[in-house]
Amino acid sequence: MRIAVIACVLGLSVTAAAFAQEGAKLEPANNNIANTGSLQRGAKYFVNYCFGCHSAKYVRYNRLAEDLQITEKQLVDNLMFTGERPFDTMANAMRPEDSVRWFGRPPPDLSLMARARGTDYIYTFLHGFYAAPNRPTGVDNIVLPGTAMPHVLWKLQGVQRAKFVVDAEHGGAQVFDGFESVRAGELSAEEYDNVVRDIVNFLDYIGEPIKMQRQQLGIRVIGFLLVFLLIAYMLKREIWKDVH
Amino acid sequence: MAESTGFTRRHFLTVATLVTGGAGAIGAAVPFVSSFNPSARAQALGGPVKFDISKLEPGAMTKIEWRGKPIYIVHRTEEMLASLGKDTSMLRDPASEASTQPSYATNQHRSLRPAFLVLEGVCTHLGCAPMSRFEVGPADLGPNWPGGFFCPCHGSRFDLAGRVFQGVPAPTNLPVPPYRFINDNTILIGSDTGNS
Amino acid sequence: MASTEADHFDRLGAGLRALRVWIDDRFPMTKLIKEHATEYYASKNFNVWYGFGVIATFVLVLQLVTGIFLTMNYKPASADAFASVEYIMRDVNWGWLIRYLHSTGASAFFIVVYLHMFRGLLYGSYKKPRELVWIIGMFIYLCLMAEGFFGYLLPWGNMSYWGAQVIVSLFGTIPVIGNGLSEWIRGDFFISDITLNRFFAFHVIAVPLMLVLLVVVHIMALHEVGSNNPDGIEIKEHKGPDGKPIDGVAFHPYHTSKDLVIVIVFLIAFAAVVFFAPDMGGYFLEHANFEPANVLQTPPEIAPVWYFTPFYAMLRAVPNKLLGVVFMGSAVLLPFFLPWLDRCRVKSIRYRGLVYKVALMVFAVSFIGLGYFGMQKPTATVYVFCRIFTVLYFAFFVLMPFYSRIEKTKPVPTRVTP
Repeated sequence: MRIAVIACVLGLSVTAAAFAQEGAKLEPANNNIANTGSLQRGAKYFVNYCFGCHSAKYVRYNRLAEDLQITEKQLVDNLMFTGERPFDTMANAMRPEDSVRWFGRPPPDLSLMARARGTDYIYTFLHGFYAAPNRPTGVDNIVLPGTAMPHVLWKLQGVQRAKFVVDAEHGGAQVFDGFESVRAGELSAEEYDNVVRDIVNFLDYIGEPIKMQRQQLGIRVIGFLLVFLLIAYMLKREIWKDVH
Repeated sequence: MAESTGFTRRHFLTVATLVTGGAGAIGAAVPFVSSFNPSARAQALGGPVKFDISKLEPGAMTKIEWRGKPIYIVHRTEEMLASLGKDTSMLRDPASEASTQPSYATNQHRSLRPAFLVLEGVCTHLGCAPMSRFEVGPADLGPNWPGGFFCPCHGSRFDLAGRVFQGVPAPTNLPVPPYRFINDNTILIGSDTGNS
Repeated sequence: MASTEADHFDRLGAGLRALRVWIDDRFPMTKLIKEHATEYYASKNFNVWYGFGVIATFVLVLQLVTGIFLTMNYKPASADAFASVEYIMRDVNWGWLIRYLHSTGASAFFIVVYLHMFRGLLYGSYKKPRELVWIIGMFIYLCLMAEGFFGYLLPWGNMSYWGAQVIVSLFGTIPVIGNGLSEWIRGDFFISDITLNRFFAFHVIAVPLMLVLLVVVHIMALHEVGSNNPDGIEIKEHKGPDGKPIDGVAFHPYHTSKDLVIVIVFLIAFAAVVFFAPDMGGYFLEHANFEPANVLQTPPEIAPVWYFTPFYAMLRAVPNKLLGVVFMGSAVLLPFFLPWLDRCRVKSIRYRGLVYKVALMVFAVSFIGLGYFGMQKPTATVYVFCRIFTVLYFAFFVLMPFYSRIEKTKPVPTRVTP
C-alpha cells in the first residue's frame, strides 16, 4: 500500500517537468565560489564597473578581505576608492534622487541579487545586452526587456544585435534566435565570458559569504551524528534485547 | 563475569551515549553562547575614531565619543606640563601603577606626546564625566588647585595628567584609551598598532 | 580504615536521596517521573510512525530556543527588519546558523506534524477514548499555521509582504464585516509597520505560549488514556500478574532509548538541509524573499509557503472568492470531526477493509497533489487537477460515515504483533 503512495508521488513529480519555467532561456553560469582567484577578479570588476551605481550595503570590506584572502593593503589599494574604512559596508555614493532622475528607478542593491534571481539569471543578463537605438540607453536586454540599465561592459564585450524570427507555431510571436556581433570589443568572446563569470561568482559569494564554511561544518556535524547514532542504536538494542 | 564487576555492556553503552550526547550538547551550545559576543557591526561601530588636532588651541580641550565613552583630548601648555612635576604627594597613584593606561602612557604626562593628553572622561569612582577645571586656584577648589579635572557627582579630583588626588572617592587615575598619531595633525583613538 | 572511593560515592548517593525526599515532600517530582516515564506503559511494537510526536516536541524546543536568539538581534520595524535579518546572517557571530536552524525548523515542524497526523489516520488514534487528544492536536495544528503565517511576515521580504497582503484580504471576503475585520487585523489600511509589529508580538509571545500550553495538555490527555499502537488494540485490557500491561514496556528506558535513535536520524536529515540546502530550492527560503518588500511590485509567481499550498490550491480551485474561503476553512475544520465521522469499530488500518485503505491512499495523494498544484502557475490543467483533488479531499471526510460502516474488517488480534 505504501508503495502505491510512493508511486503516485513519483508520478506527480514527473508531471512537474511539464510545468517548467517560461521566459527567457537562462544559460548556466557554471561559477565556482571555491575559486578564490575568480572571486578576487570579480571583486575588482564589481568595484570598477558596478559599484558606481549599485551598492552592496550588507557587505563589509574587511570580511571581503578575509574571505578573498587579500591583505588590508590590497583591499584598500584595489577595492576602496572613496575613503571608507575596512570595517565599513559597501554603501555607495549614488543618491537615489539622482538615479531616479537619470534612469527612472534606483539601481537595486546587489548584496542578495544572486539569491533572489539566481546566478544563471545574472550571467545571461550580462551576456544579454543588444543594440536598440530607440531606447534612451541605446540597448535592451533579452533577460529583462525594457531594462533601465545601460550596457556598462560594452567596451569589453563590443556591440551585438539580437536576431528575432517569427514563430508560426505559437501564433506568429517574435522569438529570440541568438546574437550577432556588430562591433568587436576589447576582449574576445571567451575573455568576456570569463569576466562575466567572475562577476557572477563574486555576486554569488556576497549573497551568502558563509556558504563554504557552512558546508564544511555540515560534514563534521553529520559525521558526529552518525557516530552518535551508532552508539545510541547499540544502547537501544541492549535495552530492548529481552523484549519480544 | 560482567555483573560481578558492576560494569555491564548496558552500563558502558549508557555512559557512552551520555558522554557523546553531552559533547554534542556542548557543541550545539557554542554558537548560541558565541552569538552574544560583539557582532561585526558592534566592532565596526566600536572602531577607531579620527580627530584633527591641528585646530585644537593650546590650553583647550575637546570631547569626542569612542565606544560610547567621552574621550577628552587636551592640548596642554608648557605651564600645564610644568605643574605635573611639582608636588606629587597629594596624588594617590602618581606612577600610575594601579591605573589603566597603555604602556606608552605609563609616564609622568600619561601620554604619547607631552603636548596632547588623551583620557577617557569616565570617573573611576562611579562613571560620571568629570568637568575640566584648568584654571589655577579658583575660589571653590582652593588656592592649591593646580588645574585638572573635577567630578561633580561625588567630588573626585584629578590633575592635568588625569592622576587622582588622595582623599577623594575615586580609587585610580582616569583611564587612557589606546591611541596613536596617524600624522602630526591626526590622532586615531582606539587603535595603537605601531606604538612601541 | 581510610575512606575509599566507594565510600565517597555512597555518601553522594545518600545525599542525592535526601535531596530527592526533601523535594518530594514539597513537589510531586518522583510521582510525575513514575506516572509519565518510568511507570508509563506504552506498547512494545511502536514503529517509525510513532516517532514523530517526540520529533515534533524536539522541533518545538528548537524553534523556541533559536527564536529567542533571533529576537535578540531582529528589529520588528518595517524600515529595519530586512536589514536586521541580513545583520544576523553576516555580522552576528553564528547568526547564520541560528537563522537557518529556525527557517529549516519551521518547515520541518510542518513535515513532522503532517506525518504525525497521518499516523493518527493510519491507526485510528483519534477514536475513543482518544478523541480529546486528537482535538487538542488539531488546535495545535491551527496554532502552528498561525505561527507560521505571523512569522513569515517578519523578514519583510517581498514574498512576506505580498503573502500577508493576500491572506489578510481573504478576511475581506466575509460579508458585512469583512473590510472592517481586515483593517482591524492589520491595524492600518494596508500591511504596514504597524501590522509587522503586532504580528511580531503574536509570533514571539502569544502563539508560542498557546502552543506550549496545548502541547502539555495534549500529552496529559494522552497519558490519561494511554498511547495507541499500530495494531489499534488497547494494551490495558491484558495485564499481567504484576498489574502491568503484558504488551507494554515502560516509557523510560525503553521508549526513551528508542526515541533517541529516532531523533538522531531526524537530526541527520535536518543537518543535511541546514548545512547543504537551507533554501531547499526556494521552498524553505523563497527566492523572492531575498528582495525587500516592494509595495509597487508583486512577485511574478506568488504562492504561500509550501505547507499552506494544499489549502491555497482549494481556494484557487473555487471560482467564487467567498466560497473558496469557506471551502478552505471547512477543509481545516473537517478533521476535527474524524472521531465521529469514522463509524468503523476497528482502529488500525492493518485490520480495516479495502475501502478505507483506498480512501486513505486517495486522500494522501489528493493532499500532496493539492500541495503541489498550489505551487504552480494557474493554468487550465492546474485548475482541473485542483478541483479533482479538492473533491476527493472532501469526499474522504464527507463520505466516511458511509464507507466506514460497510467496510469488511479483519479480525483484530488480542495481543500486539511485531
